[in-house]
Amino acid sequence: MTKKRLVLRFPPELVEQPITYQLIRDYDLMINILQATVTPREEGRLVVEISGERKALEKGLNYLSQLGVGMQPLAQDVLWHQDKCIHCTACIPLCPAGAFVLDREKHLISFEKERCIACGLCVRACPYKAIEILF
Amino acid sequence: MPKTYSQINQKIAMGEVVVVTAEEMIEIVKTKGVKKASREVDVVTTGTFGPMCSSGVFLNLGHSKPRIKFRKVWLNNVPAYTGLAAVDVYLGATELSEDDPENKVFPGEFRYGGGHVIEDLVAGRPVKLKGLAYGTNCYPNREIEKTITIRDIPQAILTNPRNAYQNYNVAVNKSDRVIYTYMGILQPRMGNANYCSAGQLSPLLNDPLYRTIGVGTRIFLGGAQGYVWGAGTQHNPDVPRDKNGLPRAPAGTLAVTGNLKEMSLEWIRGASFTGYGVTLTLGIGVAIPILDEKMAEYTAVSDEDIHAQVVDYSKDYPQGKDKILGTVNYHELREGKITIEGKEIPAGGLSSYARARDIADILKQWIEKGEFLLSEPVAFLPGAER
Ligand code: SF4
Ligand code: SF4
Repeated sequence: MTKKRLVLRFPPELVEQPITYQLIRDYDLMINILQATVTPREEGRLVVEISGERKALEKGLNYLSQLGVGMQPLAQDVLWHQDKCIHCTACIPLCPAGAFVLDREKHLISFEKERCIACGLCVRACPYKAIEILF
Repeated sequence: MPKTYSQINQKIAMGEVVVVTAEEMIEIVKTKGVKKASREVDVVTTGTFGPMCSSGVFLNLGHSKPRIKFRKVWLNNVPAYTGLAAVDVYLGATELSEDDPENKVFPGEFRYGGGHVIEDLVAGRPVKLKGLAYGTNCYPNREIEKTITIRDIPQAILTNPRNAYQNYNVAVNKSDRVIYTYMGILQPRMGNANYCSAGQLSPLLNDPLYRTIGVGTRIFLGGAQGYVWGAGTQHNPDVPRDKNGLPRAPAGTLAVTGNLKEMSLEWIRGASFTGYGVTLTLGIGVAIPILDEKMAEYTAVSDEDIHAQVVDYSKDYPQGKDKILGTVNYHELREGKITIEGKEIPAGGLSSYARARDIADILKQWIEKGEFLLSEPVAFLPGAER
């Protein structure tokens, strides 16, 4: 069993389609909707937790992207473990969102979660596994 | 009047010593001048905390009943070298766990290896020991499997052939693909630059011509007191130098040793470099005696004075070409921005300036409290100015 928490964006032409139903029926996936909104421009935004066999999950997500559904891991689940961080700053230039901020006096970094877009780049860059991304 | 080591040690014993960190020394020399500073300050403390690959630990695993002479040993599935006496082994920092997938799926994660075993030992965590032997008349046992902690084994001596590099390259990637190196992840088209030195706090940059750091120098090592036992591997004093003897390229190195049992988790950590491998991140600090004006001048070095070479790690470095893209100073690097070939590049570190500063502070406190005495080298390093 694999679990993924994603932010899905549906373009207007897909909003009325029974896509989640198909994911459940055709790919044998479990879908837990954590949040659902339709924006003023009628773009649908779903925050979901999808779980199922790893292969099935891959196929299901593939199906979604072929349909033109935008996907992004859930940003809330990027964790910075301060106790493991040695404040080397290696992650700073890699972060496209500027989520790591360096205090130039103390030379200590801090993590501004609100800015993070959960791209995962910093996770690979940190030699001390101080950043964790939970999908 | 030059000072001697024993005069400084007497002052330490009497609680009268004046110790400052390498950062504080910059201001002192700026405001008071070299002459006055050299009279007033007795010791300048330095520090560095970063990945140091040529590290490892000699372990004596203790004799079993019946006895064994190890032929193969694994600690948490990481192989250790056994070509020593019966139960002595050497565990290297960059050794990988036997089942590590390496770079088969690129870039590999390199989750666990020698550096992590060393960290687990220091933390007092249980470590699985497995050993095989062929059996002899005097050592009949052929196999051992048990769980140990550092408290269960007689000796653990950290013994590193190369640490504390004096200056280092700044790494960039000129190709159009991401590359994964021991200098970290480098984005294509010089998207970022990584450096690895404590700069103005770094031990060998405060004694650029090895006038006081030599064989036998007592140091801060992983939170304990250790010693320099020689010039490290690849020690190369003959690189181009600026005025004040500062090397513009990687130059001197130190071989160091200390008792792992006395070290603490805060100052010794396993590290994983995506796509490259594992290593050990280690804290080292050296106290530099201000014997004369020259030492005051050397220890007043600031980040602006120290230059590093920018090297392309996508082609030039792996091919062994000596090409340099440009030169930058540590002030620019620390500020997080350098300019190479007209392009502004964000810079990130691999060694921790905050931790280097902490080490220099701790060393200062040890000396002020009389817990750490300076030692005069019993021999100098190659290239030492006398
Ligand atoms: S790369 Fe890791 S250890 Fe270094 S500053 Fe970032 S989170 Fe901290
Ligand atoms: S996951 Fe991406 S956006 Fe978030 S902190 Fe890491 S690098 Fe920045």
